[in-house]
Amino acid sequence: MEFSYEVRDSYAEVKADGRLNMVSAPKLREFVTDVIAGGSNRIVVNLEKTAFMDSSGLGALIGCLKAARQAGGDLRIAAVQPQVKMVLQLTSMDKVLTAYPSADEAFSND
Amino acid sequence: MTRFLTRLVVVLTVITGVNYITWRWLASLNWDAWWIALPLVIAETYSLIDVMLFGMTVWRLKIRKGAPPPPPDATVDVFITTYNEDLDMVMTTALAAQKIRHPHSTWILDDGARPELKALAEQHGLGYVTRSEDWTSDLPRHAKAGNLNNALMQTHGEFLLILDTDQIPEPDILEKTLGYFNNRRVALVQTPQYFSNVPADDPLGSQAPLFYGPIQQGKDGWNAAFFCGSNAILRREALMQLGLVGYVKETEKSIRRALAASQTAIKKARKSADMESPLVAEVLDEVEAATREAQKELDAGKSLSEITYRVRRRVDAAVQTLVLADVEALQSDLEEIAAMELAHVGEAGVPVVADDAVQRMSRRDWSPLGALESVQAVLDALSVERNDEAQPVMPLATISVTEDMATAMRMHAMGWESVYHHEVLAYGLAPEDLKTMLTQRLRWAQGTIQVLLRENPLVQKGLKLGQRLMYFATMWTYLSGYAAVIYFAAPIIYLLLGILPVTSLSWDFFIRFIPFMVVNQILFAVAGRGIPTWRGQQYSLALFPTWIKACSTAARNVWFGRPLGFAVTPKARQSGGPSWSLIQPQIVVSALLAVAAVVGIIRLATGLAEPLGTLVNVAWVIFDLVVMSILVRAVLYKGYEPAAEPAVTEKES
Repeated sequence: MEFSYEVRDSYAEVKADGRLNMVSAPKLREFVTDVIAGGSNRIVVNLEKTAFMDSSGLGALIGCLKAARQAGGDLRIAAVQPQVKMVLQLTSMDKVLTAYPSADEAFSND
Repeated sequence: MTRFLTRLVVVLTVITGVNYITWRWLASLNWDAWWIALPLVIAETYSLIDVMLFGMTVWRLKIRKGAPPPPPDATVDVFITTYNEDLDMVMTTALAAQKIRHPHSTWILDDGARPELKALAEQHGLGYVTRSEDWTSDLPRHAKAGNLNNALMQTHGEFLLILDTDQIPEPDILEKTLGYFNNRRVALVQTPQYFSNVPADDPLGSQAPLFYGPIQQGKDGWNAAFFCGSNAILRREALMQLGLVGYVKETEKSIRRALAASQTAIKKARKSADMESPLVAEVLDEVEAATREAQKELDAGKSLSEITYRVRRRVDAAVQTLVLADVEALQSDLEEIAAMELAHVGEAGVPVVADDAVQRMSRRDWSPLGALESVQAVLDALSVERNDEAQPVMPLATISVTEDMATAMRMHAMGWESVYHHEVLAYGLAPEDLKTMLTQRLRWAQGTIQVLLRENPLVQKGLKLGQRLMYFATMWTYLSGYAAVIYFAAPIIYLLLGILPVTSLSWDFFIRFIPFMVVNQILFAVAGRGIPTWRGQQYSLALFPTWIKACSTAARNVWFGRPLGFAVTPKARQSGGPSWSLIQPQIVVSALLAVAAVVGIIRLATGLAEPLGTLVNVAWVIFDLVVMSILVRAVLYKGYEPAAEPAVTEKES
């Protein structure tokens, strides 16, 4: 699992490449918390290269969402792969998070 | 062969039982004494359903041959939950857990946050977890479920072995159970709870051989083995999934509720708000528009995070405009506040600028909306942060004080499978005095009834019919307190007043009743395969006040939000001498039974009563008294003294 981020015009893009599972989930939380602490409260988690996600990974996303909201911003996800999409549906998390086609589009209407 | 025999006896029980109860309802009721006749036949029907559910349970009795070898790379966290137990006890269990052979991390989950325990854990290289800073004092702590949920966020093993403070595990507990998880659908493996400080005659009925035996094995056959809170291994993925599903459900519920209440709240705010300020009215208009739009978006299937984000942005923008426009009028206040803030923040070296002040004035707690509580409550609820809980994701169910049962039921409803492994792999300590034992039983019963009332298994989506009935069966047994009262009352009424709830005690009665009774006892003997079940039968009747109290307090809790009066079961023996006051209702009932028997015999001698009725009812009284007699031994029980060692006087008690 590899995390990286880039600050764009109106948001910060976090890339999570690899398998987002119970081992890497806490690291994602930490990483995003640091990005928020760095001053970006609008976060897009780009999941293009996240081949696998489990419920712990999703739990970490909720934790990140909460942190972003508390900082007055928002967290969105983009470019989900089929397995991740399935997990989102299975847990009904797709009711909470919209999966945007790409990072660019995530905040395009706000 | 045993299976065939068990099923045969189940069939016979159902036939004889239905035959008897049908006759009772249709042909035997003494309507002149309906006030006892009806309750008695209802109580008997209750008991028939109880035994039928037991029959259904053992119908599929599953005897497992043991698990395949565990996957060597499976990662495991061993959790030892503690709150205020003796440190020696915690450390004995923790060190035994450390010696479990399969690779794992051992964690002490200390809800008491005791520095001494932390030091001991560090000294022995054990993990130590306390509640994170998210668990502020204004949020519900959820007792043991909260303790476990907190630890789940701080650890990352694929599997979790959960142990109560007193449950000392065997080194092979994981080797013998992890293999079941090779089946990817298995979420839970439960092993028995066995107590090492209980004498052979078990005066407090601590061992539950029928439950940790035929009942769990039967439930296992229906893929409904229960999670019992300790000595169980769980799959993290299943728990986290439950947490997520619960999070989505609660969030959606809260948003729908808030939207439904929003119009009323805004109307109310308009009335009470300072209408001299047109700006407040303007903001309220904006809030109303935002909530209306949110409702539309919700109906259109937009995601909850989007909806709530938009409402917040819109309301925040409106508030900011308001504040900005109002800033002149507020100038004097602002200066005062800015001075305060400067003094405060200045120490940290952060400069306070005017822009920031406007921002601050717009923040929720300072904004003019803050004063409009009803509106603010709606806006607070329109969020995805689940601010009323310490963690958005709560994997273990928090709807009941017995989080285990509720959690397992939700797992089963999600399609996960469970396993009951019938081999003692941990040795615990049972309560050694009646008071503690009663507290514990009350808690179990309360928790079970809470689950019944909050998430009735009979109507839970996702559960198979067999699973529904397996959960319902356990809940049903906890209603026995009411039946017991009637079973005690009926003979007293006959012996004192000569009023019989049946039309006559004739051949018709005995030919139906006796076969049912006999087959019923055979069923327990066959299904129990020689394990002692008498103690359990005694307590299920004798603890009727506890069961009734559990039902009434749980109902008040669920329906009216009253507290349960919940207490952690103390693991150390309670002080004081024999406490007869604990069983006052039972003493009164026993006295009444004894008096009734004497009066009945006198009535017989004076020709006021008939011999057969008196005989049956006196026999019934004797049975009741024998049942209750266990309580005398329970009150007098002085705690466990191992036979091999000389008796040691306990200092603390």
